[in-house]
Amino acid sequence: MIAAVDETAVRAALAEIPDPEIPVVSVVDLGMIEAVEVDGGRAIRVELLPTFVGCPAIDAIRAAVETRLAAFGRPVEVDVSFRVPWTSDRITPAGRAKLRRSGFAPPPGSDRAAVRCPYCGSDRVALDNLFGPTQCRSLFYCRACRQPFEQFKAI
Amino acid sequence: MTATAQDLLPATRNALSLLLLAMADDEFVIGFSDSEWTGIAPLLEEDVAMSSLAQDELGHAQALYRLLAELVDDGRNADAIAFDRPPEGYYHARLLDHPRGDWADTIARRFLYDTADSVRLEALAEGSWPPLADLVGKIRREERYHLLHVGAWFERLAAADGEPRRRLLDALGRLAPDAATVLAPLPDELGLVLAGIADATSDELEARWEARIRPTFERLDLPMPPPARDPGRSRTDHSDAFRWLHGEFTAVRRLDREATW
Repeated sequence: MIAAVDETAVRAALAEIPDPEIPVVSVVDLGMIEAVEVDGGRAIRVELLPTFVGCPAIDAIRAAVETRLAAFGRPVEVDVSFRVPWTSDRITPAGRAKLRRSGFAPPPGSDRAAVRCPYCGSDRVALDNLFGPTQCRSLFYCRACRQPFEQFKAI
Repeated sequence: MTATAQDLLPATRNALSLLLLAMADDEFVIGFSDSEWTGIAPLLEEDVAMSSLAQDELGHAQALYRLLAELVDDGRNADAIAFDRPPEGYYHARLLDHPRGDWADTIARRFLYDTADSVRLEALAEGSWPPLADLVGKIRREERYHLLHVGAWFERLAAADGEPRRRLLDALGRLAPDAATVLAPLPDELGLVLAGIADATSDELEARWEARIRPTFERLDLPMPPPARDPGRSRTDHSDAFRWLHGEFTAVRRLDREATW
């Protein structure tokens, strides 16, 4: 039996799709899904916002969305869009908690609070490099527990 | 007012396509130039930073080439536009035609380019053609990091006594006379202003850029970039250094047109 298709069901399915570069968070946790439309019982349309303009993972994410939503048995259209700029404020509270648990400092939120070490919680941290191993990360060093860590860039 | 591509007058459409080509080629060429530092930058941190910057710029170029491909609609996709032209088909600024040079050349080039590019992007951010205004809004969020990074290096070299400052001055001597070419006039650019796509012509952008960088140059006691040398020279008249770079960045495409990463 094919499950009922509505926006809630589609968003729940999308919440199972991991980010290819940081698989602990999903594309929903990262706030990459702007719009979901289920068109009169026919096509499913998803508007996907890249975190960075040149994010090399975007084709893999698009393919994963298409594959996962194919299970609904409807045509799927994925629109990679800059209509709304993705910003790091779109990462959900659940996403921020998951990042922290896996050793990534979440980006400063709208409160612009200080960056804290995801391992020991200290704010005695030093920016080592604005740029890191992927476009969306910076490198920090914790002076308290002497642990280097990565921060999801505020963008 | 919101303009779709179909609403544009033919001359405006042509001007828009040249603007997209100039911006895309600028980002593409500086991205490839900076990727030349991968593995050999003076510090490990800079190896990572320059590689990440290069990746950002190539991403911006790809997105701009895609817009151009949709606008021109002549059967070429972004890759075909990026890789299948001879060197004299490229439309980037002459500032980016200099050889990579040393670290001071790289920092001077990036400082001059990023400051001029940020003025150009600002002028397009509220534009009436949504595909470009939306993309520019996104690009500016990334360029903020580039400006922070290169600005810190520019100050560091300029403020150091001895060799770093001397090398930066030498680099500015080579590059600064071509800096304003980033904002050089494009054919029919007034049409872009009248259509609301850009908020100013190149003369005004150049004045804004000079006003933006003057406090930094004065504080660091550096000579301001002179007016562009040789302003009549064509945008497609390129250097041997660019022809060499072109040979490098088209090498894979020439070996295998269908290659993917």
